[in-house]
Amino acid sequence: MTDAPLARTPLHALHLELGARLVAFAGYEMPVQYPAGILAEHLHTRSAASLFDVSHMGQARLPMSAAAAVETLVPVDVLGLAPGRQRYAFFTNEAGGILDDLMFSNASDHYFVVVNAARKEHDFALLAKHCSAEVLAGRALLALQGPLAGEVMRRLAPEAAALEFMQTCTATLEGAACFVSRSGYTGEDGFEISVCAADADRLARLLLAQPGVAAAGLGARDSLRLEAGLCLYGHDMDDATTPVEAGLEWAIQKVRRRGGAREGGFPGASVILEQLERGTARRRVGLVPEGRAPVREGALLQDAAGRAVGRVTSGGFGASANAPLAMGYVDSPLAAPGVQLNAVVRGKLRHCRVSALPFIPHRYHRRKSQ
Amino acid sequence: MTTLRMTEDHEWIRMDSSDSGTVGITQFAQEQLGDIVFVELPAIGRRLARGEDAAVIESVKAAAECKAPVSGTVTEVNAALADAPGKVNQDPTGAGWFFKLRLDDVKQLEALMDDAAYRAKTAK
Repeated sequence: MTDAPLARTPLHALHLELGARLVAFAGYEMPVQYPAGILAEHLHTRSAASLFDVSHMGQARLPMSAAAAVETLVPVDVLGLAPGRQRYAFFTNEAGGILDDLMFSNASDHYFVVVNAARKEHDFALLAKHCSAEVLAGRALLALQGPLAGEVMRRLAPEAAALEFMQTCTATLEGAACFVSRSGYTGEDGFEISVCAADADRLARLLLAQPGVAAAGLGARDSLRLEAGLCLYGHDMDDATTPVEAGLEWAIQKVRRRGGAREGGFPGASVILEQLERGTARRRVGLVPEGRAPVREGALLQDAAGRAVGRVTSGGFGASANAPLAMGYVDSPLAAPGVQLNAVVRGKLRHCRVSALPFIPHRYHRRKSQ
Repeated sequence: MTTLRMTEDHEWIRMDSSDSGTVGITQFAQEQLGDIVFVELPAIGRRLARGEDAAVIESVKAAAECKAPVSGTVTEVNAALADAPGKVNQDPTGAGWFFKLRLDDVKQLEALMDDAAYRAKTAK
């Protein structure tokens, strides 16, 4: 809890009306859950569709001319990103650590970025040093996630329903001009909809009125992303964690790697490019604790001999897995599925099995050929 | 139904006989914790001092402790919670009980709150 007054999203009145439990998160008063509860909201997202208010996240637009400048901040192919496409990226520091992760879209006449709420001031200041970023403070962000999301979108905005995973478009929903991407943070098919604050409440109510759609809070969002093996900034990665340690090599395109046309040229390139070829001393892994009790962030990991080999960075209960799940960093020789480790929880050892990620397969909307 | 006595930490105890009582957490506590996914109960025969951590409650959000409302010896635990920890959410003062305790000193009950005092404390 903080003494500073908390900011509210444009959906604050709707959250209260729905009976949300509101908590302080990144300076905002946000719904952690609704009366259904986190387990039910989580399971509903995987079986139908949920609406999440993620308006606390930072949104900005950059001119098309900013692409080369942005490439000096991220180890990602920005110049080669086609119109209507979205890409996952991260800002790095000189040591190769991650300053934040973000979603980056080519909206044809500008770039659209979404960054973490807790990092938006930092990120926008960083961007402002390199290009003329326009912060979109007056916009809400709604995430519609789950296997029914496509069907809902087909009824409301067929042009958005035609998108595939990591594609974007502008669309009119209930008369409101929206920027829509087919992506999310749950491992399910779904959309993120950027809409001006004045239209957000009306649009959210329309989405909630669709068959199969229910509100879900940040609690379910966290357990869904954990099952999906997705990193949470400040927990599973930070300024002392490199993208290679975090297992995010897939997000660094060939063109930015050694031998690529635009090799390096981002902060920490020497460290990251070296690690891409030689590996790292530690790696992010999935962990499945034995029994029913969650193993939470901060728990020390030991090998069978009692030697400290890592630490848990996210842990909780996976409602779909119906089991406790965790992620953490371990010495690379132990970062193989099936390896048995112990987590120290309240002074006792808990058996944990190293697991591949994601725990629950992603169900993104992709063309079969991809 | 025998009356419940509550602690500042949101445990309840209900006397089943002159020297034995059942312990659990309150409706208010389960609402605050959210969905409970695991409860680690004390060993039968364990001696507990008043205020000592007796059980660990894991919800989807966080871990919390259930403290002993009074001093005593654990005589029975609710084994049904191992497979169905959600009983604590559904029926915290009934099927969601945690353990039974033989009290060292029933006078310790006098320090606990009755329903009216507890309601006043938890009212917004």
